[in-house]
Amino acid sequence: MYHKEKSIQIKNSASALYNNLSVLRIAPRRLTYFTVVHANVVNMVSASWDGLNYSHRQLQSKEPNVATSTSLIMQAAFCVLPSRDLLVVTSQKGIQMYESDGSIMVYWHALDTPETPTAQAVFARGISAVWENYICVGVSSGSILVFDVPSKGSNITLSEVLEEHKESITDMASECSGSQECIADLVSADDGGNLCVWKSGEEFQLLNKISGFDMSCSSVKLWKGTVVAGYGTGQIRLYEAVTGILHAEVNAHARWIYSLDIAPFSGLLLSAAEDSLVRVWHLTMTPETNSVEVAHLHNECVTDTQICGAKFCDGDGYAFAVTGYDLSEIIRYTQS
Amino acid sequence: MVTSNPIHSEKSKILNDIVWTMFSKPFMDELLKPQQLYSHRTLKTVLTRLAHSSIMRLNPASMDRLYELMIMAFKYQVFVCPRPKDLLLISYNHIDAIRELVKDTPAVVNQVDETHRKIIEVYASSSEGEFQLLRQTLLIFFQDMHVRVSLFLKSQVQNPNGRFALLTSGPVPHRVDVPGLIRTFNSKGREVRRSEFPTGGSYTSPIREGSFELHGDRVIRLGTNMYNVNHPEETHTSKVPSVKTDDAPNLLAKEELNLLARLMGSMKAENVPGVETGFRISLFTTDQEEEEAEASGGAEESLCGVINIQAMQDEQAATELARIAGQFAEREEESDNPSSSKGDDLLAMMDDL
Repeated sequence: MYHKEKSIQIKNSASALYNNLSVLRIAPRRLTYFTVVHANVVNMVSASWDGLNYSHRQLQSKEPNVATSTSLIMQAAFCVLPSRDLLVVTSQKGIQMYESDGSIMVYWHALDTPETPTAQAVFARGISAVWENYICVGVSSGSILVFDVPSKGSNITLSEVLEEHKESITDMASECSGSQECIADLVSADDGGNLCVWKSGEEFQLLNKISGFDMSCSSVKLWKGTVVAGYGTGQIRLYEAVTGILHAEVNAHARWIYSLDIAPFSGLLLSAAEDSLVRVWHLTMTPETNSVEVAHLHNECVTDTQICGAKFCDGDGYAFAVTGYDLSEIIRYTQS
Repeated sequence: MVTSNPIHSEKSKILNDIVWTMFSKPFMDELLKPQQLYSHRTLKTVLTRLAHSSIMRLNPASMDRLYELMIMAFKYQVFVCPRPKDLLLISYNHIDAIRELVKDTPAVVNQVDETHRKIIEVYASSSEGEFQLLRQTLLIFFQDMHVRVSLFLKSQVQNPNGRFALLTSGPVPHRVDVPGLIRTFNSKGREVRRSEFPTGGSYTSPIREGSFELHGDRVIRLGTNMYNVNHPEETHTSKVPSVKTDDAPNLLAKEELNLLARLMGSMKAENVPGVETGFRISLFTTDQEEEEAEASGGAEESLCGVINIQAMQDEQAATELARIAGQFAEREEESDNPSSSKGDDLLAMMDDL
């Protein structure tokens, strides 16, 4: 179903972090951007679709104009809003937002880091753009910071802090089907496996809370009102977002899941774990019976590699890309 | 085992001294404070001082090699650790082995026990997600290190390219379900459909969970002596060994030259001025090789080369040295900037010990 293409070499190897690959497709310029985190650096590659041009850039996590040392980065993700695309980088010191090509930092938000380290680590993790002009970022305390993003310029402001989770945020996702009819806009996940479903607005509204089973949910997606969650137990669960009804449960992987992705136009689901496997599934919604079907389509084994990032490169799922701990390349697969 | 062998009693003293230093209350209290990850340079300095806390001496080239061996063994254990919480069980295997090494000295055993209790207490309330964060931070420390270790290559735990082997078979970790099943439910919560998918691996049910108490069967084999093959005292019957062992390590011990024995034998005969009395260990086949390594500065090249473990002809000595080399595991606390000067406090405190 898929075959391996030529890999893209990156300047550093990928670190073992959840969701450690972000992809931004720029159709008008026939380019795709990829970001992979290595310790305190974000490696950015811009790849032309004809496969002939690659350009690299590295971003560091530091406060602008201050000679402090860099801190470890937890996640880097592209945020696509109607008016603009931004690259958000979260670290142990704060949150940075760049123009999507990484050229200019437009915003810096410092976290409250204590003077002497405490037993509870402090960091930001979990990034999502939310309709229509918000970017939400999770924090180790369980708080979610909601930033209001103007259509251009750097006048980004902290609009709200959502305090619902009691454990560190792991991942967040917004409704990606493009449908305006969905009630839920955002889902957030934490280290205890708890999920919160939100409606965005000037004041975000908590629609539902789905309890975890004391096992970290490391990656989450929201599609057509369905939450798709990946856990440290290797399980994938599908819930109806607003009601919390469990639609399906898949014993998908033998180790911790590190990344999930959905191709919104085709309903393809990608899952990747520390067990060195990437799996492709197909989701079918039947609104009449209010059911969801999960069908397994394909496996790829990346030998001896604990995978840390896997993303589709386009909305149909025609191609996907994979990163692994200690690997200095982005592996690509395309449908045959 | 009681012996009047002077070499044995020297080794015993060295082990006791090192363990005593490492498990001393001030050292452990400092180590267990929440703090940033050490840099490689700081960690190597700490370990060098520990190794020299008795009469044993290692020259810089040998210390470099020993450090690489320790780091690669540690990296392996953290990398293939089945679930993050098992990092504790691996540490407890280390501690159990250390306790065994110093069992004839009750004062030192006491310190080991105290430290073990402290560690149990510190991590008692950590969640799986927090252990995974700890593990992810340690993996950053080990990133891009692919030094090939002859023991690992021989047992096929490591590939010729320096990367560790990951199996897509064997028992799944505790709390994980064997992959392969898709279950669908209706809105009332009843299962309405069940189907299977090909996993591309051959997984089996988890084995029983190890003990997190002060004493107990840890079940997991990671963290036990890599050089101990079919050790008669071991009673664990875990089905899947974490290291594919065969008789190779013992053959290795016989095949490779024993510089230590030569040195120990020659120490009494030689009257080289300036040589410290005591115990000198080199990890090189010949003195000449050692000098060349020192001259070349070692570090860059050794990262590309293969470390040959100079296992001893005396199996007891080999076991003990290997335990020292292979079983250190500092439990690092919170992660942060790797290039900071944290660890200076620890070094300063070690000077007072």
